[in-house]
Amino acid sequence: MAMFIGRRAAAAVFVLFTISVLVFLIFFATPGVDPAARIAGRNADPATLMQVRHEFGLDRPIPIRYGLMMEHLFVQRDLTSFVNRGALVIPQILQAVPVTLSLVAGAAVIWMVLGLLMGTAAAARRGTALDPLMMLLGVVGVSIPVYWLGEVVNLLTQSRWHSGLFSWVPPLGYVGLSQNPGQWALHLLFPWLTLAALYAGIYARIVRGEILEALNEDYVRTARAKGLTERRILIRHALRCSLIPVVSLFGLDFGALVGGSALLTEVVFGLPGVGKLTFDSLQNLDLPVIMGCVMYAAFFVVLANAVVDVLYAALDPRVRRA
Amino acid sequence: MTSDTSIAVPAGSSARRRRSSAGPWRTALVTLRRDRVAMISLGIFLLVVLACLLAPVYEHSVAHTDAFTSNISGTTIVHGKPSPVLAPSSTGLGLGVTPIGPTWDLHHYFLGADGQGRDVMARLLFGGRNSLLIGGVSALIACGVATVLGVAAGYFGGVLDAVLSRLFDVVWAFPVYLLAISLSVVLLTSGLTVGPVHIEGDSLWLPILIIAVIYVPYVARPLRGQVLSLRGREFIQAGVGNGASDLRILRKDVLPNVMPTVLVFLPLMTALNMLTESALSFLSIGVQPPNASWGTIINDGLGLLYTRPMVTVAPGLMIAVTAVTLNLLGDGVRSALDPKARLRGAA
Repeated sequence: MAMFIGRRAAAAVFVLFTISVLVFLIFFATPGVDPAARIAGRNADPATLMQVRHEFGLDRPIPIRYGLMMEHLFVQRDLTSFVNRGALVIPQILQAVPVTLSLVAGAAVIWMVLGLLMGTAAAARRGTALDPLMMLLGVVGVSIPVYWLGEVVNLLTQSRWHSGLFSWVPPLGYVGLSQNPGQWALHLLFPWLTLAALYAGIYARIVRGEILEALNEDYVRTARAKGLTERRILIRHALRCSLIPVVSLFGLDFGALVGGSALLTEVVFGLPGVGKLTFDSLQNLDLPVIMGCVMYAAFFVVLANAVVDVLYAALDPRVRRA
Repeated sequence: MTSDTSIAVPAGSSARRRRSSAGPWRTALVTLRRDRVAMISLGIFLLVVLACLLAPVYEHSVAHTDAFTSNISGTTIVHGKPSPVLAPSSTGLGLGVTPIGPTWDLHHYFLGADGQGRDVMARLLFGGRNSLLIGGVSALIACGVATVLGVAAGYFGGVLDAVLSRLFDVVWAFPVYLLAISLSVVLLTSGLTVGPVHIEGDSLWLPILIIAVIYVPYVARPLRGQVLSLRGREFIQAGVGNGASDLRILRKDVLPNVMPTVLVFLPLMTALNMLTESALSFLSIGVQPPNASWGTIINDGLGLLYTRPMVTVAPGLMIAVTAVTLNLLGDGVRSALDPKARLRGAA
């Protein structure tokens, strides 16, 4: 097991390294792209361009620039923004992380609870109207653009029904958990629901499918033969075993969301999370901030992948030999 | 059709095949035709495609507008009376203009106008062409490239497999939206030059290629796994034993067995790619003006969200409807062809 974890960690570090190189190359070595021209602004004269290039170290060879950036990012931790001169990158990211985590964690709780409840109910009452409803919810969830759903939610809660039903909804924005927990939850409620709406249906469908498969297993027959109640069989036996693939999928989705997929939700609801920070820095090609954000995002995705793999290996010894 | 049934139908004489059964492809087609949900979805999807293809007809012969030039001082006819397309704002400080809302009259601004006085309905149809085109073509490219790479990695193994698998791992671990956004931001300003080919920054090929590239591992990884397990099967080993060339085994034995999976992925990928395109366009780094797509129209409607929500709502509904039909169609194709095929996350 220790061997497996070690190998998995090495693979994760390798992937992170490759991603950092890839991002660096995308922004610094794509043919025809000149970061100096972006920093100097439109119609800058050649002398200014040369000066900018020298000042930002853009005239040095690419491997050295990569090394320098990584050193500033991870060793000295004093990487500064290209656009807001002097603004440190790492504190900006650290400030944005709690926002993204609050958004994703809250949404994840909602969609897991809804998904498990709906999925189990549909499995228990298979063949009823719950089944097609579940299927529809799942399909609609993967088919709706999240940013559009967010806009429609904003339209209803901030404008159309704001004078009546939704008069208690605060304006868009974010309030820290430690500042005011009540306002924190109130500000995040609709972003949570929007994000959760996309996932609840899919998770319900998966839970339902897994439970139905588990109900055909021999151990369920044994449990029935022992005279256990259907409810106990469903929840204690079938549901428990169905959770393994659900949890692994959850790990991947959670990692992907924290690592950047929540960007659109953050932009729409004006939440100053990492996604928003990434997007803003991309708009003005603020390379150090982009680099920091992408490394942070990739770290979460790679970590989630690795944790899922290790959990799988812990649960199923066969995986360790693969 | 799983790989089990295809063993029963080797590349034998066609006469024997005709006698024994209808063949896996025809069986699947019959199953699909009987699937009511899939057929209705296909019908709605084709209607959407047809409507979008007819965009120029609608623009010239029905609405008599120009979907791509602003019409700031124009007038139109509502309930038989002329009224301005852009009226001075009546809300807030009375600054700016409010475009005309939906008239529900197909000849005069059916869904109203956007901030520049352009007919939203006409733009919706033109935008749909780009959204569908980008979704469809990038799905074709992604599935095509993924088939070649996935099959090659799974079949030949060794160094090729190691390199390709690591490459898939990296792209897979890279958050898709971040990768797409990074590539778009960089390439939009400069365009893309590969050897003698130059793609302008505002070309539709840019979003098509970017989206195709980021989703290759989604299809290539499961295909590689499938080929890997096929490789050890008796009928492939028999082919190797008979001295068949790699090319012949790939063409006659491997490809027919992975094609069903690719076909299942195709409609699902089209929906996924269309959604990705719309997100990029919404962030104004996808389709570039004056071109439109459903994503860019949603973006156009942002400033008008509380006064003229239809500019935002209509294209979003079109995306949702199209994606739902494609996903339902994909489900139908899956149950007809290969019940085990799964895209990551999509159940």
